[in-house]
Amino acid sequence: MAVGVTPSHAALAGAVPSRRIEWTWAPIALAVAVVAWLALVPLAFMLWQSVLSPQTATSAARFTLDNYRTAYASHDTARLFLTSLEFALGSAALAFSCGALLAWINERTDTPFKTLFFALALVPLIIPGILFTVSWIFLGSPKIGLINLALQHAFDTDTVFINVYSIPGMIWVDGLHYSPVAFLLMTAAFRSMDPALEESAMMSGATLPQIMWRITIRLASPATAAALLILFVRALESFEVPALLGLPVGIEVYTSAIYDAIHSYPSEIGLASAYGVALLIITSLCVFITTRISSLSGRYSTVTGKGFRPRVMTIGRWRYVTAVVFLIYVLLVVVLPFLVLLWSSLQRFYSVPSLAALKNLTFEPYRRVLAYPEIGTAIWNSVLLSLASATLIMIATSILCWIVVRTKLPGRWFVDHLASLPLVFPGLVLGLSIMVCYLTLPIGVYGTIWIMLIAYVTRFLPYGMRYNTASLLQVHKELEESAAMSGASLRTTFGRIVLPLLKPGLIAGWIYIVIVSIRELASSILLYSPGTEVVSVMIWELWQNGQYVELSALGVMMILVLFCFVMLAQLVGRRFGVADA
Amino acid sequence: MLSVKSLNTEYAAANGQVVKAAQDVSFEVPDGELFTLLGPSGCGKTTTLRSIAGLERPKSGAIEVSGQVVYSSEQRVFVAPNRRNFGMVFQSYAIWPHMNVFKNVAFPLEVRKARPSRKEIEQRVMRVLAAVQLAELADRDATKLSGGQQQRLALARALVMEPRLLLLDEPLSNLDAKLREAMRFELKRMQRDFGLTTVYVTHDQSEALALSHEIGVMNDGRIVQIGSPRDIYERPRNKFVADFVGSTNFIDGTVISAAAGNGRCRVATPVGELTVQCVDNLAKGSPIVVSVRPEDVELSEAELARGDDDNVCRGIVEAKVFLGDYLDFQVKVGESVLLARVHPSLRTPTGDPINVRMRAEKCVAIAEVAAPRAAA
Ligand SMILES: Nc1ncnc2c1ncn2[C@@H]1O[C@H](COP(=O)(O)OP(=O)(O)O)[C@@H](O)[C@H]1O
Ligand SMILES: [Mg+2]
Repeated sequence: MAVGVTPSHAALAGAVPSRRIEWTWAPIALAVAVVAWLALVPLAFMLWQSVLSPQTATSAARFTLDNYRTAYASHDTARLFLTSLEFALGSAALAFSCGALLAWINERTDTPFKTLFFALALVPLIIPGILFTVSWIFLGSPKIGLINLALQHAFDTDTVFINVYSIPGMIWVDGLHYSPVAFLLMTAAFRSMDPALEESAMMSGATLPQIMWRITIRLASPATAAALLILFVRALESFEVPALLGLPVGIEVYTSAIYDAIHSYPSEIGLASAYGVALLIITSLCVFITTRISSLSGRYSTVTGKGFRPRVMTIGRWRYVTAVVFLIYVLLVVVLPFLVLLWSSLQRFYSVPSLAALKNLTFEPYRRVLAYPEIGTAIWNSVLLSLASATLIMIATSILCWIVVRTKLPGRWFVDHLASLPLVFPGLVLGLSIMVCYLTLPIGVYGTIWIMLIAYVTRFLPYGMRYNTASLLQVHKELEESAAMSGASLRTTFGRIVLPLLKPGLIAGWIYIVIVSIRELASSILLYSPGTEVVSVMIWELWQNGQYVELSALGVMMILVLFCFVMLAQLVGRRFGVADA
Repeated sequence: MLSVKSLNTEYAAANGQVVKAAQDVSFEVPDGELFTLLGPSGCGKTTTLRSIAGLERPKSGAIEVSGQVVYSSEQRVFVAPNRRNFGMVFQSYAIWPHMNVFKNVAFPLEVRKARPSRKEIEQRVMRVLAAVQLAELADRDATKLSGGQQQRLALARALVMEPRLLLLDEPLSNLDAKLREAMRFELKRMQRDFGLTTVYVTHDQSEALALSHEIGVMNDGRIVQIGSPRDIYERPRNKFVADFVGSTNFIDGTVISAAAGNGRCRVATPVGELTVQCVDNLAKGSPIVVSVRPEDVELSEAELARGDDDNVCRGIVEAKVFLGDYLDFQVKVGESVLLARVHPSLRTPTGDPINVRMRAEKCVAIAEVAAPRAAA
């Protein structure tokens, strides 16, 4: 840090003595080196691995293009591509429709209890994907699914009403789980829109549907496109749903194909890497388009004049309809999944809710799961990893962002791009590349908890960049400069002015990274080894072993702890003046 | 004709409290006239305007436009804003960035139930665009207009619907000073040409004085005085109006002889005994404030001719400021300091004595304790 600070001060002042020029490169070079090591080296290893044949006891790996032939030119190629596309498109569309509708209701109408709904609608963000998927298996599997059983009982038939083991089922579960992301993105979009634009349409005589169609949707279209792309990329990366719902019935998408290839015997890491390359190309393309759209949409926001207060429309009786929409949504994404987990966690063996089963309620699964020898290690690892990666990332990115946003050091944009690069890595692909990388490099990281820390830090680095850039851009440069003018040294300025002003963003980003780290499964599943399991991996193993009630018990505890953590963080945050992130 | 009767509008603030943004607001605007709501920022002008538009639902009151009740708490009537056919120009102009100039203006016609033919829409739009001098820019992106052009576009969009009532919320406040003056005349001309009944909201007193047939001065959610621009300026009914509309000198005093038939009374002040104009009937002995505009404080080195009701005294020049078109003098009379605005040709040096004259009709007595208001 000291290296980074002194020379950049000189650069800031605009008077760089020539003998110190080489010094100004030091912080940039250091930052580039670290970030490049994290982001680029594993990628290179994966590319290299993708042109090697499987290594077995009898034959060494050799150069081959077979992997690419299998991945791109077999009769499965098209099917895999189309299935992935169908799943990702469907999931993105579903998530977006739910999220956008809710965001509009929440931002623009006078629906009762919407603050409460707003909070509840975000709960799925803290539920790990694997738990959400499992709970929907309990709800929507053709044989034991509660929804099916209830409806069959009600209508006295054998019809299977919903089947999560199908592409529509996968879309349903994945789309629902990620709808809060769309909700947040579209809320931001609606908030940045001058309500007078809609009101003037109203004054022009337009009806509510006309306003929605001809004004609101059009104005939100850049944000919509960006949100859809983000959701699409996210769905392509999705691992839990395809693995748990698709693989058992032979529906494969890229992520599950990668997982399958690695876990076949002999392990086909080359093939997995070739799939990974395909996935990476698609996601990079989408992320690139997204950034283009975002920079284009700046045009739309320049028209609005002064600051405006968001206003809500009085929608009369319709607000009961919108309230019911909210209620159903919360039921589907929070209440039902949690209740079904809770129910099964209180049974000795998994059984469908009934009066008879009600008598057998027991805490046995909790006792059993807490008695597992690995549980302590897993929890310890999860806590350690999430706290460490969140802290490391927020500290590192606050310095990186400060270099990028505030100094005039040459090459600073490169740091920004590099640090955002992991955005295009699907978790599974990142796990794969890091695995290949440290399997090959003999520096004693493989098989330890360090490799997972590296994976987490790499994967979530872009989030830290985003939180810090956002808050740094809000802190006006003149605040720093006036501190400098009042005679404060650079260190004092950073410590007394910049850091306190960044604190809200820092804390919000830290909380966010802690949560996503604890939920992380896609990378961990490829990198853990005995002794370095994390909680999400344990849940995965419990599922594989058919220990459903123990899984539910662990899941319920995990959700409750995460929920309390978020509440506590909010409380602490509010005390320190942190606005909602 | 627009008539607003005891309108009350409230907001629920974030902390659960109620903000009474408009209280007991009543006024009438005859057909084809321009009425201005004038007041400092946050006094409830926008709220009143939005209540008339129907964008806020008032708590109580009644609003009637050319005989039709569009809102009445007693009759439980609330006509939705999109059925009122009022044109409105928002402070931010609210120009739709995804449409070009033509489309922006055509929108109100296109969303009509009885939608005119394409040809008619085009004719009407082009006619309005010509009136606001934007006809050549019809195909331009709405985002690529200058501030003044955006303002005219917003106006065109409101005019094209041939509204029963035109509502303007600080339409000039986003323009720079030069443009604002030019647009002021433009607006006045168009309002007159189209013969539109208009409610105009502004915090700028010179705008209000220049444009309006009548002005309602607002403070703290209430209308504190209604009158013609001249009335408001020359006969403010209370200290707030006198102070907000133009600058003024306040001189404390006591009535020593009540108003005669001509509305004049004698007042004892630190400047001496003055003959002043009384609007309300003020009893002998009641405390008052006398308001005199700086331009009505005449200064001269020579002896000033003294009419019957003129107040004349002598003071010392304390300071002066050159402001281009005129000079501001601070003159000490007794213990008080008066501000006088005079022609730059007066060159009396500071410290010299000077003669002061204030005509009685320019000195307005304002009851110190606000007399019961008789607002419209
Ligand atoms: N949507 C709202 N919610 C809460 N308070 C509001 C809202 N709109 C206006 N107010 C309050 O009502 C008062 C009047 O506001 P406004 O009518 O906008 O004033 P003006 O247009 O005269 O500047 C202000 O105190 C303002 O803070
Ligand atoms: Mg206003």
